[in-house]
Amino acid sequence: MFRISSESIDAAALRDELADDSCGGFVAFEGWVRNHHEGRRVTGLEYEAYDALAVSEGKKIIAEARERFGASRVACVHRVGSLGLGEMAVWVGASAPHRDEAFAACRYVIDEVKLRVPVWKKEHYVEGDSDWVNCARCAEAGHRHIAAEADDRPTSPATETAPGGGSAAAQETPVRPGVRHG
Amino acid sequence: MNLTVSYFAWLREHAGASEETLQSAAVTPAELWQELEGRYGFGADSSRLRVAVNDEFAAWDATLRDGDHIVFIPPVSGG
Repeated sequence: MFRISSESIDAAALRDELADDSCGGFVAFEGWVRNHHEGRRVTGLEYEAYDALAVSEGKKIIAEARERFGASRVACVHRVGSLGLGEMAVWVGASAPHRDEAFAACRYVIDEVKLRVPVWKKEHYVEGDSDWVNCARCAEAGHRHIAAEADDRPTSPATETAPGGGSAAAQETPVRPGVRHG
Repeated sequence: MNLTVSYFAWLREHAGASEETLQSAAVTPAELWQELEGRYGFGADSSRLRVAVNDEFAAWDATLRDGDHIVFIPPVSGG
């Protein structure tokens, strides 16, 4: 299941949907709106999606995760609209007979969603201005939010379990190869 | 040929519309992009964009048909 939602994400309800008596493991990832990005203080995010293609591409990713890793049930919901700090922007869950499949499937889905699903976020800053993340025009012009990426992003998976709880997804700029996003 | 173009994110803001229907002689998405770039001055390198035709990813040299729905897709930033 892959869904674009303009309503708050109900993680508990989604978890229940993945319950399965044949599964011994369940892994979930939540991406939260973070209060900073590349040295700037962020007050909120605005997400926009190309719904039809986002859903079809998202469903492909879910199917790939099940097939590649043998996860039993996999789901992802991505928010659109205006989100405040701490709000959940994306939820991914995977249940599987054993934990390895569940971890791998969950990780695969969030990584691929960030690379492939047509969703865009605009950051609003404390100073009152705003910017689209990963804006191609700004890359052309060498503006900071692309240029600063290389030296700003953590490379260790350990950063994703930092205090605050796995919120690394909400503000990263996805780039292949996939060692940095999460 | 009648084509419908949808815009998202900064392309939408720059074009000042989410969608438009236009008459075009463009045969491929690449030609259509050139035409729209000329009209709106998006200032983007098309090698950083992808394109979708009728809600599926398409090649820049795909053949457009009357009534097609085209979306130029800026680098995504979900998650």
